[in-house]
Amino acid sequence: MDSTEIAAHIPRLRRYARALAGDSDRADDLVQDTLERALAKFHLWRRGSDMRAWMFAIMHNVFINQLKQRRELALDEAAEARLEGAPRSDSLELRDLDAALKRLPAEQREVLLLVGLEQLSYSEAGQALNVPVGTVMSRLSRGRERLRVLMSGAAPATNLKLVK
Amino acid sequence: MNDITEADLHAYADGQLEEARRLQVEARLANDAEATESVRIWREQNEALRALYNPVLNEPMPQRLVAAGTPRRRWPYYALAAGALGLSFGLGWMARAHRADGSVEIAAFPHRAAVAYAVYAPEVRHPVEVGADHQDQLVKWLSKRLGHELKVPILTQQGFELVGGRLLPGSTGPVAQFMYQNAKGKRITLYVSRRQVGPRDTAFRFSQEDNISVFYWIDGTLGYALSAEMPRSRLLAVATAVYKQLSP
Repeated sequence: MDSTEIAAHIPRLRRYARALAGDSDRADDLVQDTLERALAKFHLWRRGSDMRAWMFAIMHNVFINQLKQRRELALDEAAEARLEGAPRSDSLELRDLDAALKRLPAEQREVLLLVGLEQLSYSEAGQALNVPVGTVMSRLSRGRERLRVLMSGAAPATNLKLVK
Repeated sequence: MNDITEADLHAYADGQLEEARRLQVEARLANDAEATESVRIWREQNEALRALYNPVLNEPMPQRLVAAGTPRRRWPYYALAAGALGLSFGLGWMARAHRADGSVEIAAFPHRAAVAYAVYAPEVRHPVEVGADHQDQLVKWLSKRLGHELKVPILTQQGFELVGGRLLPGSTGPVAQFMYQNAKGKRITLYVSRRQVGPRDTAFRFSQEDNISVFYWIDGTLGYALSAEMPRSRLLAVATAVYKQLSP
């Protein structure tokens, strides 16, 4: 295995990044930064270890840095979001999921996606996020509960009707 | 079977349990409607995530990601360019070293622009990441990456049309490179970097890196370098037009 292997991971890195970052431009920026870093740091990759978890770890670091930078750009972003408010054509439920995900704290979103979407084992997820497995489990638990509440948040109107 | 923890339930939902443990959890679920419901919801969440994002796997791959993830194409060109210019690799561009010293930064700037020209101007198949046919997207993307709104000068009067642009690693952050070409296939690149250190503005300056001419200047937060393999006098006319449009 050598650094040419990195390219093989691009589709899955994109999938994860899209779910993590929201819009596709920002997600691809995240992937691009991750790839550039992975190539530059390839000598640090431990042969025999899982390259995917390693690349997710790099993406995690890039993502965290971008979040920090973005906080400084928050005002610009808000203006941009107003311009990009056009609805997408997904089904209502899936759009709700996308919106609900964005409302999760980033650390819970990461765990939920690494485990649920990317199907990493808990220990691989811990490796990627540089936290112990216990932390993975507590974030997973809180993230799933929060997602459940957010997703059922659309329901109360129906319940009120029933009461009436 | 009270020793079944919530973590076990998650691991069960995610299919991450050993067989023996899985059977224990199943036995517990048979008598625990609440836990069963939780597991059902978590599995549903996993499936919904995959349904929503799996289509990304089949989307066409942007060229910039292919380039970013492919080592072979990049290094030989860097090496080639460095060789052609008679440079050592220790100058910071390859190593993407961060420099705090403003004076070094200013001197290195036209040099890096010339190397970037030497790397990409000869490219036949992928001289740019995003073509001029998507100019709006290109400018928006590069502006976002540099954290500053960029303008693309129009050089039609000078006989050059925009080919497109790409994002490059700079010594202190991302750098935008716009490429132009004339009817004879002669190329010019405009290298735009965000100023990190050094003077706020400089006059129009000239530098020669082997046979590559570079005009460069700093205007506020941005540094510009126009490079081409042509004599100083010929590039000057183009550089003057660029300068007038970008730093009026």
